[in-house]
Amino acid sequence: MANTVEDIENNMATEAPVPSQNQHSEPGGTGVRSRGGGGGTAQNGQPPSTASQQRPAQVVEGDEDEDEELTLKYGAKHVIMLFVPVTLCMVVVVATIKSVSFYTQNDGQRLIYTPFPEDTDTLGERALNSVLNATIMISVIIVMTMVLVLLYKYRCYRVILGWLFLSSLLLLFFFSFIYLKEVFKTYNVAMDWITLAVIIWNFGVVGMVCIHWKGPLRLQQAYLIMISALMALVFIKYLPEWTAWLILAVISVYDLLAVLCPKGPLRILVETAQERNEPIFPALIYSSTMVWLVNMADTGLGHRPHTRKNSAETPVTEPESPAAPPPVVLGPAPLSPPEDDGGFTTNWVGQQEHQLGPLQSTEESRREIQQLPSARPPVMDDDDEERGVKLGLGDFIFYSMLVGKASAAASGDWNTTLACFVAILIGLCLTLLLLAIFKKALPALPISIFFGLVFYFATDNLVRPFMDQLALHQFYI
Amino acid sequence: MTAAVFFGCAFIAFGPAFSLFIFTIAKDPLRVIILIAGKANEGLAAISEEESSPISVREMAYVAGLGFGIMSGAFSMINTLSDSLGPGTVGMFGDSQYYFITSALMTLALTLLHTFWGVVFFDGCERKRWWVIVAVLCLHLVVSGLSLLNPLYVGSVPPVYVIMLLMAVWAFFSSGGSLHNLSLLWTCRKSNAETSS
Repeated sequence: MANTVEDIENNMATEAPVPSQNQHSEPGGTGVRSRGGGGGTAQNGQPPSTASQQRPAQVVEGDEDEDEELTLKYGAKHVIMLFVPVTLCMVVVVATIKSVSFYTQNDGQRLIYTPFPEDTDTLGERALNSVLNATIMISVIIVMTMVLVLLYKYRCYRVILGWLFLSSLLLLFFFSFIYLKEVFKTYNVAMDWITLAVIIWNFGVVGMVCIHWKGPLRLQQAYLIMISALMALVFIKYLPEWTAWLILAVISVYDLLAVLCPKGPLRILVETAQERNEPIFPALIYSSTMVWLVNMADTGLGHRPHTRKNSAETPVTEPESPAAPPPVVLGPAPLSPPEDDGGFTTNWVGQQEHQLGPLQSTEESRREIQQLPSARPPVMDDDDEERGVKLGLGDFIFYSMLVGKASAAASGDWNTTLACFVAILIGLCLTLLLLAIFKKALPALPISIFFGLVFYFATDNLVRPFMDQLALHQFYI
Repeated sequence: MTAAVFFGCAFIAFGPAFSLFIFTIAKDPLRVIILIAGKANEGLAAISEEESSPISVREMAYVAGLGFGIMSGAFSMINTLSDSLGPGTVGMFGDSQYYFITSALMTLALTLLHTFWGVVFFDGCERKRWWVIVAVLCLHLVVSGLSLLNPLYVGSVPPVYVIMLLMAVWAFFSSGGSLHNLSLLWTCRKSNAETSS
């Protein structure tokens, strides 16, 4: 779902409808939002071709050779800028899974979105239950996306903003409190309530400020990574095993369909936003160059490029809301962690609008950015090289969820975890490469999740027994 | 087993590979990508035909070889390392006491060997010297065969290291190194015809 968010965000600008995943809140909770950020489309904000059509100066028109090389180098840099946060998020999730047993315990609790238990007597029943669970989850995602689109269509912005705010509040305070509690339990650290309250309060408030308003870039990125990791951990804990794998697979397919098929709620959302020439509510988006937003706020330059749009190629002519990802639809507020707002919460957008004047064409800018190959870094006036890339938090969440599930479920084997980790990075690489080639919005989830799933099952069932025997006898191949 | 064993073996097995990574690869994002997703080789091979290629075939060979080496080493070693942190007794049933250290040493040797084999193999392909390719494959088989002698470590670890040193020399010369370059290096003099590898 998160993927969809990304897609949505990216897609807001893009023609391809972003899978509604983004928009719909995860059953688990806020996760949806964050996921949305990453969902589907290559986050780098590849704006759909429509955006490019709308904006004349979209594509870099250099020499073909230079273009290719520039694209390659540029793309490489952006891929690395995404590797690091994705790796960090996965490392945090795997470290937590391996050390804190809370997230792998089966308490018998389930999310309301996955009501069917998996500890049944027969395999057939288990399979059926997991299929039903996945179906319910996907339907919830689709419904939430529709709700989001409707809310947006009928201009209920406050509802959306409030939802985003509540989501991030829940995530930053409640889930991190639970996480901290479990970590203390694992390491047997004695802690008094007053200190804990002070810590959680500070963590949460600074997080809200960083994500929804202004803050140092690194801190903002750190918070986004942390809430993505928290969300992924929640999913790992509360989704039963077969359901989780099924959901990952189905969401990737959904992401693919939603981004590449012409009809979809996200597409409607994007088109509506374009018609109105409004920025879409920023969803959860991880940006590697959000600092310019701060600058923008300070300077109030109208011509600052939109983060979505990046590009040197496209001169930014109007103020754009930074990362205006599509509004994050959080779904049932208490259930969905608010991570959706990859930092660009509605407050932030409001701030921007207040300071910069009405933000325009978020989708357009997004499209433009999405059009650009490789992650679209926000356009800087001066520096072509310092573009950032954006990735929806939904993608972070799903990637981490896959790797976390692999490390939790695979017989305690590190090879499987490592294989899934590399598979996801390769998928991300390929996605960005395809983005550079096709120059239109692409879903970010499918390739990575597909590789991740294939590698997980293949490694766990084929490679692991083999490597165990080799290691036992110290044979090296 | 203690944390000392864990860290010691981890550094033995992965230290050189990671220093190679940090000092030669981490700065260039393109190389990092090739390290992880070696399939980009084909795309890059096409580009390296052009005048200004972002990465040369030799760099690609080196990076791809290092990537293979790190992955192979990680897959061999990582479960052993994680077990070394937990409780247990090494060699309880008459097995060798040197299990961890020899695993680490073999992993290190294999990682570096993969790097050198990558360089030599690519060079052989570039220059269409098929005997090089056959030799690399045979050496790989020999090294794996030697590891079958474990736990007779004296029969496996020293020969593998000898082969590794020979491969290092071969890779150095096949990637354009020469005694002249080495002497320049020692005397810290710059040369016009510096070969890059």
